Amino acid sequence: MSDSNVNNGVNVGALLAARDALNESPEGAKFNWRASCKWINGTHSKSSVKGYHGLGGEQNHKTEFNFDVDHPEVFAAEDNGATPVEYVLVGLASCLTAGVASVAQNRDIQLKSVEAKLEGEMDILGILGGDSDVRNGFENIKVTFDIDADASQEDIEALVAQSQKRSAVYDILTNPTNVSVEVK
Amino acid sequence: MSSCLKDRGIPHVVLERGRIAHSWREERWDSLRLLTPNWQNGFRDRPYTGDDPDGFMTASELADRIEDYAEFVDAPVIEDCAVTKLSHSGHQYCVETEKGEWRSLAVVLAHGASRLPWIPPIDSALRNSIRTYSPLDYRSPEDLPDGPVLMVGASATGIQLAAEIHAAGRPVTISVGEHVRMPRTYRGRDIQWWLAETGLLNETWLEIDDLQRARRVPSPQIIGNDSGTSLDLNSLTDASVELVGRCAGFNDPNIQFSGSLKNNCKLADLKMNRLLNSIDEWVTEGGRDSEFSSSHRYDATRVPETPPLLKNVSQFASIVWATGFKPDLSWLEVDGILDRKGRLKHEGGVIQPGLYVLGLTFLRRRKSSFIVGAKDDCEDLTLDLTKYLDS
Repeated sequence: MSDSNVNNGVNVGALLAARDALNESPEGAKFNWRASCKWINGTHSKSSVKGYHGLGGEQNHKTEFNFDVDHPEVFAAEDNGATPVEYVLVGLASCLTAGVASVAQNRDIQLKSVEAKLEGEMDILGILGGDSDVRNGFENIKVTFDIDADASQEDIEALVAQSQKRSAVYDILTNPTNVSVEVK
Repeated sequence: MSSCLKDRGIPHVVLERGRIAHSWREERWDSLRLLTPNWQNGFRDRPYTGDDPDGFMTASELADRIEDYAEFVDAPVIEDCAVTKLSHSGHQYCVETEKGEWRSLAVVLAHGASRLPWIPPIDSALRNSIRTYSPLDYRSPEDLPDGPVLMVGASATGIQLAAEIHAAGRPVTISVGEHVRMPRTYRGRDIQWWLAETGLLNETWLEIDDLQRARRVPSPQIIGNDSGTSLDLNSLTDASVELVGRCAGFNDPNIQFSGSLKNNCKLADLKMNRLLNSIDEWVTEGGRDSEFSSSHRYDATRVPETPPLLKNVSQFASIVWATGFKPDLSWLEVDGILDRKGRLKHEGGVIQPGLYVLGLTFLRRRKSSFIVGAKDDCEDLTLDLTKYLDS
């Protein structure tokens, strides 16, 4: 898309080239994402991300990113940070938004603004163990995009649909994943 | 292909594992009709001339017509001659069969794209709890045990079998992943007429953006019936078939379904409307609006607000995997012709010098896997094959 005037700041050419290259050497496509977490006090913990594995070797973010995680005062906690489930919403929001920008770039659609609002419905009787018929997690997640772009409503809807189709976090939330938790 | 080779005087044999048109006689469910109307199901030099051009023939009618065509072109068919191994050394291919061995300079694989069902790996775990079937095992609803059925897959096969089984009194839940929604008719014409007329069916493998994706697109949700009515997820919902998301896993005793049902239906609605938009544009650009009934859109797919994500396997009496088909490549022992996923590598049907394949999805054209698509592909590959033999 080098001849395009559209610039959403996404280097689609590099992404498409990477897709082709990784199809030739699929081992490089195997990534290992990591986070670590340290308990501070109460429900307050500090999580951080820095290193990850991909493209056949160890990689690092430019800097270590840190996240305070806690619960609000209505949970009798100190509210030192967002709750874990809010981070899940944050992850979904940013994943879909990055997808919208990338797909728009690939489809030659200039974005002017993209805003997303996310809501997750949860019945906390699940996590409190108060009702065995209530699941712990979100019963439902609702994402509402407000997008201003040089495109028809239908094309914008198609952007959003395609970004879901290619989203890692959307897949993680909509499909089961095996999780193993061990103690050293 | 045999008629093309004959025209050029290239000596050949056609090996058939059973009787001519075996798979159409033996490996299709009873009610199956072709997805393409009869007028579209002609062969090379032998167009359809029957009295029902807009109808949809059954598998056995097609098998009869293939047998008739073999006689018409005097094809040198050897029946009951399954090939057990194909290998290559020097400039020769060695074809081992139940009736002996052939050596040839060239081989054309016309073994079909749908010899085997593609069945998800969770089948083996589920089989401890429930009977599972593939469309190749299935002939009619009576083959299934009494009781509710989980139909996994909502392409042409899945929606047709879901409708038929549900109507026969076995309540169906259908698990819906990515699918292609397509109406049977639009603006007074069959959808296949539009695909042919607007040039889409003739689009070639060199013309489209993402060939790998085009070759993986599932079959559209259509059914060959004489009423011209569409069969889609809305008509299944009207018949009280239950829709759930893509079958994502089995965590005994629960079968898990993805929460992506709404998006998969939205994607399919958007894609269908893009196709209908392109048809409308084609009509208007040609100044032909008055020839057809007016433009309209079909209702969006209705999806339950909160489709269930888990179902206990004990709620069903059987599962039918309408999750696609794959060719049987187990007899090919030629080095370097499969990719890392075990799929045949080819460039427009040319696998390597002297080795060709026919009939796969989007082999050379969008119509390559259609009956009507065989003629052009066979003529192209015969050109290549002739050049190879002359070189």
